[in-house]
Amino acid sequence: MSEFVFLVVTSVTIISALGVVLSNQLIYSAISLLFTLFGIAGLYVFLWADFMTGIQLLVYVGGILTLIIFGIMLTNKISSARLSQTNMQQGIGSVVSLWLLIVLSLVISKTNWYSVSSSEPVSTVDKIGTLLMTKHLLAFEGISLLLLGALIGAAILARKEI
Amino acid sequence: MTVDWLYTTFSQLFSFIENTDLLFLMSAILPIGIIVSLMAANAIVMVYAEMKISAFMQDRVGPMGQGPGLHAGKFGILQPIADPIKLLLKEDTIPEVADKPLFILAPFIIFLGAIIGFLAVPFNENVIVVDLNIGIFYIMAVGSLAVIGLILAGWSSNNKWSLYGGMRSAAQIISYEIPAGLCVIVIIMLAGSLNMQDIIHYQSGGMLNWIIFSNPFSFVAFFVFFICIVAETNRGPFDISEAESELVGGFHTEYSGFRWSIFFLSEYANMLIVAFVAATGFLGGWQSPFQDFMTGPLWGTFWMLGKVFSLLFVMIWFRWTFPRLRVDQLMYICWKVFIPISLINIFGVGIWTILIG
Repeated sequence: MSEFVFLVVTSVTIISALGVVLSNQLIYSAISLLFTLFGIAGLYVFLWADFMTGIQLLVYVGGILTLIIFGIMLTNKISSARLSQTNMQQGIGSVVSLWLLIVLSLVISKTNWYSVSSSEPVSTVDKIGTLLMTKHLLAFEGISLLLLGALIGAAILARKEI
Repeated sequence: MTVDWLYTTFSQLFSFIENTDLLFLMSAILPIGIIVSLMAANAIVMVYAEMKISAFMQDRVGPMGQGPGLHAGKFGILQPIADPIKLLLKEDTIPEVADKPLFILAPFIIFLGAIIGFLAVPFNENVIVVDLNIGIFYIMAVGSLAVIGLILAGWSSNNKWSLYGGMRSAAQIISYEIPAGLCVIVIIMLAGSLNMQDIIHYQSGGMLNWIIFSNPFSFVAFFVFFICIVAETNRGPFDISEAESELVGGFHTEYSGFRWSIFFLSEYANMLIVAFVAATGFLGGWQSPFQDFMTGPLWGTFWMLGKVFSLLFVMIWFRWTFPRLRVDQLMYICWKVFIPISLINIFGVGIWTILIG
């Protein structure tokens, strides 16, 4: 059963990701991105990363995707524009990505994976919180400074006087 | 009634079924069926309650005609049955200039957001579909799915009223999610867990142990949270996204029949979910207000639903007594009043927990 659910989740992720890059209307790409992000949240569930699933839904679906759709809607006439998803470099691009695919599959199959045989973790929230407040405190504070800077920058840009 | 419990019960009951996948599927689909019927029943009851309560508040009589003793019945008790029949029989129209796939998809996205929110809602000490570790956080996260549905409905209708309604509701929900989330942090700080049942167990032992009464800051946080969730569910006085007097019907102007009723089913379901979160987080969930008075699973359901429907009654009360806010007033309240208050609340709860305990 879980294999079947996994297959469904991964195929939703991949098919909707193809929709993001192949559809020729920006709003359809954004909606496909919704299903891609949902699929990735599903993959986190399979990795027992419960907190990451919540963050994925809250930040990407609730925040970033909403802002993307908001931006598309506020842009005048963008809905009627047909995007061209093809260009001159398609041949080179496909060769490069095929090469990347071969290299990655070789690496994945040849690596002697280190497997941990522990039981499923009960909750990841406590550990993430403790690590953020001790080991990664500097990075955590750095991110909050960065976000504060972005917030002030957005407020200044949106002001009428400038 | 977690899925695991259903699974073990089914495997004992239907021991002749060898296929464990089938049993798993059964135990996963049954709660979904119950949730959908709960949503429908809730919408029917709430529509009737809303009509009657608004009528009494405005000194009218409300629906009277339908019911036993047709055209002589006093309460119009069958009105909520007549309404869905009317809605289901209406013609389903899709505007010619609408973006057809997105127009059809939008109600489904909102409905999906409402259904999956219920998975982590506790009804009493045993009945919760999935007792997630991140329960309260999960409900806040999937609640944001409704925004995308609303924007899509507004945009795909290709109608200026719908577009305005969709954009207003998006701005409103995104803004009010911030103070609501900050108030949830107060709950998490006190309870020390994201799990819904753990939060309720933390508040055991009578009314005075509830988070709302645990210190002055959490008392304020409850009211901020409640006003924010009313705004998040697009209810009056915050219903600028469907303001009839300016926007015809807002994001659902072009919808009719069943698709339209899906929007309202989801709106009432979302009200129910956020009321459950407020009751769980601040009002002790299924705990009795008096220590050992009327406890047990059935009484637990009674207390939980009692708290939830009292909150829903207050929501209806809000809607029919306050005038609708303007857009700028709405944003002013959110960004300049509620967010500073919630930040002070977090700080205050932290200090209070360290100094007084």
